[in-house]
Amino acid sequence: MSLIDLANPTRFLALATRVLPWLAAATAILLAVGLYLSALAPDDYQQGATVKIMFIHVPNAWLSMFVWGVMSIAALGTLVWRHPLADVAAKAAAPIGAAFTFLALVTGSLWGRPMWGTYWEWDARLTSVLILFLMYLGLMALWRAVDDPSRAARAAAVLTLVGAINIPIIKFSVEWWNTLHQGASVIRAGGPTMDRAFLIPLLVMAIAFSLLFVTLHLAAMRNEILRRRIRTLQMMQASRQGV
Amino acid sequence: MSLGPYTSFIVTSYALVAAVVAALIVWIALDYRRQKQILRDLEASGITRRSAQTSGSSS
Amino acid sequence: MTALAAIIRRDIRIALRAGGGAMIGVLFFLSVVVVMPFALGPDLALLKRIGPAILWLGALLASLLTLDRLFTADQDDGSLDLIVMSRTPLELACAAKALAHWLAAGVPLIVATPIVGILLNLDADATFAVALTLLVGTPALTFTGMIGAALAVTLRRGGLLLAVVVLPLSIPVLIFGVAASNAAVLKPDAFGTPFSILCALSLVSFVIGPFAAAASLRQGLD
Repeated sequence: MSLIDLANPTRFLALATRVLPWLAAATAILLAVGLYLSALAPDDYQQGATVKIMFIHVPNAWLSMFVWGVMSIAALGTLVWRHPLADVAAKAAAPIGAAFTFLALVTGSLWGRPMWGTYWEWDARLTSVLILFLMYLGLMALWRAVDDPSRAARAAAVLTLVGAINIPIIKFSVEWWNTLHQGASVIRAGGPTMDRAFLIPLLVMAIAFSLLFVTLHLAAMRNEILRRRIRTLQMMQASRQGV
Repeated sequence: MSLGPYTSFIVTSYALVAAVVAALIVWIALDYRRQKQILRDLEASGITRRSAQTSGSSS
Repeated sequence: MTALAAIIRRDIRIALRAGGGAMIGVLFFLSVVVVMPFALGPDLALLKRIGPAILWLGALLASLLTLDRLFTADQDDGSLDLIVMSRTPLELACAAKALAHWLAAGVPLIVATPIVGILLNLDADATFAVALTLLVGTPALTFTGMIGAALAVTLRRGGLLLAVVVLPLSIPVLIFGVAASNAAVLKPDAFGTPFSILCALSLVSFVIGPFAAAASLRQGLD
């Protein structure tokens, strides 16, 4: 099955329905394994057991940026290649990405209170992620402001690409500015500096959350395609009754 | 498993993540059911897409 | 279902729908509050001191933004004429619309206050005080704002005129809202006076707002 087949919504619906149960099962298994490994992980000599928050905070933070990246590629699909399902992918991803960003902010805040003594600090990393959250919400508002989905798609695509500048800012914020948030210890030149006992559960949880995103995203795309079909049918129905 | 003096923070974090993820799953699943139901109702009242219509169908 | 209840239900439904404007008010509130520390600097002690004022300003601006939709959507599809011409007294219809608008656009602001309070380093007492004053004061903002919305609806591009007209009317509410919030934190004895005046302002607006708005609509749509 080639990429061009995936452009056909009906084929995509069939594929999604076939694949979703497997994805959901894999996600559940990996989440279970990740939670188990997180529970077993040792206490950090500085933070004690609160280091366990890292295993859910960091995957959500990574995903919040990754989802915007997915939406940016979808935006290019809409604007440049006119792929029929690109805007469906973009619209479906936004609420999920917003949820991950919200969770990253909240778990980070709950981690910050014992670690730094404050729930919030206006440093570069936290501020740029908060801005990312607002951008997600603004994007969702834009999608819903225009009735016709394909017109909304182009506006949303432009906003997504413009907002993509925030992603490198978030990533490098801890290096460019003097921040309270700690520096990168996994994705950095020279490899991870984190101990294996923490790195393994973290990576397992990261993969689990990524699978979770793929599962939720496919399911949401399926709903969006159905929603558009309903809209078309209802418009047909309305025009018939008008005659 | 002793979680130390900040147990409530750790538990709250995990609980919130679980709650939000569960809410996402429930929302998407319910939305799917609702869309399918509306589609069934529309089909029952005779409205179908062009590509789904058989030849010589209703008008 | 009485006509007034029907108006309230309809308006809430429309506001909560896509493009309806209820959620965008909260988003604007959030954005305004987030932008403040960029201008004021991230000094948490300063933000804590002026936090109640920032929250009140954000709520006021968010209210202004959504007030535009109070009558214009009905004007656009013709239902405003129907409401003006119906047997229900126009004053009561205006009051119903304002109530629906407050429920859909004002209450979310109050609900969002604790979350935003954390960003401004407010402690629980201060946040509760601000939320309480907002609960009592945002109806006043909506009902007095309705007067400006009614004046501006018959004009094209009336949005900015609405803001210019409504802002002076909202200043007393702002003054006493912030005074009550600050008093609750700094000098609890002095909370009663500004809070009572805030309640009084709201009650007065419940009466004056609908009458003035109805009069504006009648003369504007003739």
